[in-house]
Amino acid sequence: MRSGKKTYRWLSIVSFFVIMAAWCLITYGGLVKPLFVPSPSDVIHQLVLAFQDGSLWLNCWASTRRVMVGWFLSALVALPCGMLMARSPKFTAIVQPVIEFVRYLPVVALVPLTILYLGIGETQKYIIIWLGTFFQLVLMVCDTVASVDKNQINAARTLGANKWQVYKEVIFPASLPGLLDDFRLTIGWAWTYLVVAEMVAASDGLGYIILKSQRFLATDVIFMGLFLIGFIGLVTDFLMKLLTKLLVPWRRRLTD
Amino acid sequence: MEKLCVSDVSKIFTGKGGTVTAVDKVSFSVEEGEFVVIVGPSGCGKSTLLNIVGGLESATSGTVTVAGKAVTEPGADRGMVFQGYSLFPWLTVRKNVEFGLKMKGLPAQERTAIADQFIRLVGLSGFENALPDELSGGMKQRTAIARTLANQPEILLMDEPFGALDAQTRVVMQEQLAEISRKTGSTVLFITHDIDEAILLGNRVLIMSRRPGRIKKVIPIDLKCARDHTALIDPEFLHIKKQIMDVLWEEQTV
Repeated sequence: MRSGKKTYRWLSIVSFFVIMAAWCLITYGGLVKPLFVPSPSDVIHQLVLAFQDGSLWLNCWASTRRVMVGWFLSALVALPCGMLMARSPKFTAIVQPVIEFVRYLPVVALVPLTILYLGIGETQKYIIIWLGTFFQLVLMVCDTVASVDKNQINAARTLGANKWQVYKEVIFPASLPGLLDDFRLTIGWAWTYLVVAEMVAASDGLGYIILKSQRFLATDVIFMGLFLIGFIGLVTDFLMKLLTKLLVPWRRRLTD
Repeated sequence: MEKLCVSDVSKIFTGKGGTVTAVDKVSFSVEEGEFVVIVGPSGCGKSTLLNIVGGLESATSGTVTVAGKAVTEPGADRGMVFQGYSLFPWLTVRKNVEFGLKMKGLPAQERTAIADQFIRLVGLSGFENALPDELSGGMKQRTAIARTLANQPEILLMDEPFGALDAQTRVVMQEQLAEISRKTGSTVLFITHDIDEAILLGNRVLIMSRRPGRIKKVIPIDLKCARDHTALIDPEFLHIKKQIMDVLWEEQTV
């Protein structure tokens, strides 16, 4: 087990350095034009510039805020909705057709409508992220909750738990580990809708600077934006895993 | 006093291939403090019958009353113990045992006191803060029994609770359960396909036939010997065992 963990870490480090080395080789070696792939030092230079003029934090925060608010709103609705779907066939019959239909609509295609209905303010950006994640998350929540051991629910009922208590004391804690996984995955997807969200009338954000750089063929800035999104994504993932450890300590105690 | 009364209970499942009568007009009663075992081959509808008494399934016809009250849904008056333990893996042993009391709204201090008393009764003192997955199968089932007993139900319904345990642990658990039920004076309805288990534990054994599930014979168990593993080779025990086997085997050949 321990040696397995060690090997895992080593392989991860090796993989990272191989990719970095390849990047250095093709850029510094002159194999690819800087217009297509900027060198590491170009990207770091842009990062330093952005740090110096303060736009780094501004853009990172603007994007993180949009992703978090949009995703949070979607989790807020998806949680009760998915739990109800898992337990009530009637409710599922009502919402399922709509959800399954909207799930296939490309969010980019909904942008014109969101502008028409919501204008070009922050709300429109939150809703784009919401649209991108909600319909997937609600089905994942439903699936997770539906897989709760029926025997545990039966046991709770024969111990005198009423319907609400079954939700609160059994279904919720039993599905919490799965729900946190669902949340972690959908936060990742929320980031992928960032550029769509910042396509319209944004004046800050990582998606916005990527779109703006497109016009000037500033590939180094695009790369910087991509790296920042990837990095924030990794940090979010790490924090979610940490949160899982805190909220589901009974799982950790078993795997340690 | 009659604790449980099952009268004319039938359960008919309707599927694509027609109807299957799982339970056919079953009637019996369990007196207060009595330990009744239903023994029968798998698929005879004994679990369905127990689930109907527990309120987890509804009967197609007939009535079930517990302490004079008609059964329509699950309730704390009928504590169930399942073969798969059904413990809550996120709760410690103590919190598992407290579960029913918490549902009733008992204050935390009182809950803990009662829980610890029942944890002691099933011999799990020292494991109050362990998680279910850290326990062996036998310990899990003892936790489940403590959890059900702590709720002080009118009747204990047990569905092959020792079916998943190895042979030795099973005998130990049977001895313990016999002792616990004597100590607490619990009324128990117990289901098994294990004849030894039925005789060791029961005051009365109901033999159920397969398809349609009916009570074929009722055998009172009046063992003079001690009800532990030594009984398994007692002539009196073996005599009763033969009686039960004859009824069950007659069934097999039909």
